Formats: sequence, structure tokens, C-alpha cells
Amino acid sequence: MSGGQGSVANVPAASPLIRARGLTKRFGSFTAVDGIDFELSRGEAFGFLGPNGAGKSSTMRMIGCVSPPSAGELTILGLDPVTDGPAIRSRLGVVPQEDTLDVELTVRENLLIYGRYFGLPRAVIRERSARLLDFVQLTDRQDDKVEPLSGGMKRRLTIARSLINEPEILLLDEPTTGLDPQARHVVWDRLFRLKQQGVTLVLTTHYMDEAEQLCDRLVVMDGGKIAASGSPRELIDEYSTREVLELRFDPAEHETAAEKLAGVPAQRREVLADRILLYVPDGDEALAAVRVLGLEPLTSLVRRSTMEDVFLRLTGRRLED
Amino acid sequence: MSAPAMPAAVPAGRWTFAARQLRFWLTDYRRTWRGSIYSSVLNPLLYLGAMGLGLGTLVDKHGRAGLGGVSYLVFLTPGLLAAAAMQTGVGESTYPVFGSVKWNKTYQAAVSSPLRPSDVFHGHLLFVTLRLVMNSALFMAVAAAFGALQSPWVITALPVAVLTGLAFAAPIEAWAVTRQKDTSFAVIFRFGLIPLFLFSGTFFPITQLPAWIRPVAYLTPLWHGVALCRALSLGTADLGGSLVHVGYLAAVTAAGVAWGNRTYRRRLYV
Repeated sequence: MSGGQGSVANVPAASPLIRARGLTKRFGSFTAVDGIDFELSRGEAFGFLGPNGAGKSSTMRMIGCVSPPSAGELTILGLDPVTDGPAIRSRLGVVPQEDTLDVELTVRENLLIYGRYFGLPRAVIRERSARLLDFVQLTDRQDDKVEPLSGGMKRRLTIARSLINEPEILLLDEPTTGLDPQARHVVWDRLFRLKQQGVTLVLTTHYMDEAEQLCDRLVVMDGGKIAASGSPRELIDEYSTREVLELRFDPAEHETAAEKLAGVPAQRREVLADRILLYVPDGDEALAAVRVLGLEPLTSLVRRSTMEDVFLRLTGRRLED
Repeated sequence: MSAPAMPAAVPAGRWTFAARQLRFWLTDYRRTWRGSIYSSVLNPLLYLGAMGLGLGTLVDKHGRAGLGGVSYLVFLTPGLLAAAAMQTGVGESTYPVFGSVKWNKTYQAAVSSPLRPSDVFHGHLLFVTLRLVMNSALFMAVAAAFGALQSPWVITALPVAVLTGLAFAAPIEAWAVTRQKDTSFAVIFRFGLIPLFLFSGTFFPITQLPAWIRPVAYLTPLWHGVALCRALSLGTADLGGSLVHVGYLAAVTAAGVAWGNRTYRRRLYV
């Protein structure tokens, strides 16, 4: 096993930190990840966006070297995850979808144990723990057991734990799923700061706002395949319009309204169960055109396009159902 | 934080990695040791008092020939030593393993670090080994105070007791890590542990059993552990017999380790 400090040199600055070609994961006859390609450079915040079951977590587990690929190529930090798993993992930080903290131990003991897994000396772990607990705002809980901590605090502790080895790549699998809105914003804020510090982030999410806020570059996954990739801005420009007009009608008139709306010039029309979306360059102009047709929606909303619209366009389904 | 500030923790050998997982269990044990002392040391000592001293006085009145010429207490003590090691081995390899993979998922956390599934497995076996050494030593110290140990040679029974515990711990861990539910553990305790405890020669020589069932006892690791611990502490051990017992226990342990290397990998690398 080669690795350690010297192997940083294995990855010239220009070559990708992670490179996947035809990456595939099968479980029996089920194909979770179906031949995907992507590359990731140092300092990027890279996201896998998709609904549950899209293959995001399976991809993350393969990158985390805890799930051997069924086919295709995967190179991480210039190394092969199948043969160099320990060497790669020593340079990764992992925030799994479900917390894997030892809830019977204290906050600090969790960091100590994890730091020891990486072979770090006690003094180093102590110094880093103090810094990291301050970073995730848990200093005042450092000697408390993990069990009674809130979901948001546990998440933040998991993030602190993942940074104990000063990783070159931080993997976050649905980092804010299950958190209340306030706790999510605290986590986002911390992740944003890490990004500012130059930590390479790889995250999966099924929250479009998370993807838009944190990711420089995204791939949209659906059914184990990559449906599209680019920056949030590029994806919105390519797959959606500048604005969206959302209309809600009386349920009794919903269908006839949808038919009549064909008369309004729009790049695209989406008829959802409860709403009708018109993809247009100018939402107010389109709303005026709707009124000219004699239609009077119960509510109307003009908004900018989001990743949700991109996803709807690419897959015909909504993201967060 | 984008560049490693110090040498990454690789390469490191198997033992180094296993020792890191051992450290996890030792940290964990600081919280649970009191309860564990009760179940794994006091419990067998209660048997020693009730059976060895209480029942033993009655047994001794009928003569000591059937017990090889020693008092029942002296006969029983090495058997209980081995049986207690079995209980420690089984206890440590069921719920603690299942909990680590299913409830707390601390095993999943460990394999996200440089540790491999086999390191996680071996680290726990090292911890079980330490627990076995500790429990067996404590048990022997108290038994000596009871006057239940005759000669200093009894110290040679300690590693045999540890090996007996490992012969249970290794294969049961290998199996426990594959479980999705904890219901089967109760079955092991009821239909495995208790019959073994009662009929593997701990309380009476298995020559008292019907001849047709004795071969079953010979297949159980506990009988080998009991027989050798007893022979060593009574000074009746012969080399050939001892090697057979040790060989059997070591083979079961080794098979358990080989099996566990596979099951841990399959469960933690999916």
C-alpha cells in the first residue's frame, strides 16, 4: 500500500480529484447507478441532485470506498478505491445520510475515537476538536453525551467529526435531510464557510435550494443515470426560462383553463395536479395575456426559474414528492 | 483545510488498525464496566458458592471417587471458569456487534475511516480477548480465596479459558453481523448456551450422561475447554489430550475468524 503524504503528488493540480467513467452499481438484478461519467476538480462544490432512489447515495458510497463498483472506472485522488481504500479514506471526510455517532459517548469522545481511527496523536485531536467544536458551535456541549442532542446538533457534530483528519474531499450524503428549517440554515452556513476555505465538497441532495446555494456544479440524477450537468445557472438557462408564472384555478375549472392557456405564448406548459406552470421570459406579460383570454386564476405567482423547474423539465416529475 | 497538515494515517498494518478499533471498545467500556463485572464475574461466583460450597458438601459425603478424588468445589471451579468464559464470549459477540452495525452504526462510521471491515472485526475480537483475560483472572482470584484452587498450576488454565471464550466469540460475531433483527440471539441463549452450560461437563463428568449423547458433548467447544481447564488445575493433564483440546478450540476460533472476515466485509462493503 502506498499512500500518505507523498501521494498528494500522484494528483497533478490540473487532473481531476475524482474521475468516473461508466460507473455502475448493481444490487442483484437492480441497477442503482447506470454507467455515469463525471469529473471533479480541487476546490469545487459538486452536487448530485435527484429524488430518492436516483442512485445518489450509491454513488457516494462508491466514492467513499465502502461499496465496490460493479462496473466502470473510478479514480479518487489518483488511486483505485478497490485496492487503495484505506489510503483514500484517510484523505476523505464523510457525513453519511444517517448519523453514525456513538450516542452513549460524549461529544468530545466521539471526536477522539474518530481521530484515533486515523492514527492521529491525542494532542492533535484535542487541538482540532476544540477548533472544530467551536466551528460547529458545540463547544458548550463538548462534555455532554450525544444521545440528548437535537438532530441539528448531531448533524453538526457529524460534520465536525468528518473534518478531524483535515480531509481533501468532504462527502456529504443528504446533509440536511430531516432537519427543521432553522437547523438546515445553520448547517448550510457552516458548509458555505468550508467552501470558502477551499474544502472540496461533494454532496447529494433532493432539496433544490440546497443544491442552488451550495453547489458550483451539479449533476441531475434520475433512475441511476445523469440527466444533465452544469452550474445551477447554466442548467436553469438551458432547461428553463427566466421566469415562471404559476397559476391556480378553481378545481372545477382546472382542466378547461389548462386547455385555454394554449393560447398564451409560452416556451413550455406544465399542468400539475394543483397548479399550472407557464415557462416564459416575462411572467407579468404572460399574466396579462392570461387575463385577456378571460381567465381569472384564484392565485398567480411570478417567480424565477429554479432547479425544481429544471428537474421537472428533465424527468417530467417533481423533485421533493 | 484543503491540504493534509500531517502525514496521512496510512500505511499501517493490520494490527495497528485493529488496535484503533480496540481503543474504541475500551473507551466504550469505561461506561459499562460495572454492569459487565456483575454479569460475567459475580454470576459464576454465585454458582461457585451455591453449587461448589452448598451442594458440594452433600456431594462430598458420597465420596470423591467419581470426581477423581477431589472435593466437588475443586472439581467444579475449573469447569465454571471455562463456562463463564463461554458466557462472556457469547455475550460480547451478540448484542454489542448487532448494536454496532444496526443501532448505533458505529461500524459503518469506522469503515469510513482507513479501517477495513476485517480491522473492525479483529479489533472487537481483541477487546473480547481482554475481557476474557480480565474476567477469568478475577474469577480465579476469588475462587482462590474460596480455597477452590489447589495448585499454582491452575494459572495455565487461564489461557485455555480465554481460548474457549474466543471459540464462541469468533463464529458468533461472524454470524451476528449478518443479522437484520436481534430476535435470534434469545434463541442462542436459550437453546445453545444453557444446554451447553448444563451438559458439557461443568457440573458433573460427562461419563454420567447416556453413552449415545456423549459424542455430542465432545463436539462442543465448551467440553474441550472444561476438560482441559480441569485437567490442568487438577494436575492430570497429558500432552496428547491437551493438544487435542487446544487444537480443537483453536480450529473453531480460526474458522470463526475466517468466516467473520467474509461476513464483516459483505455487511459493511455493500
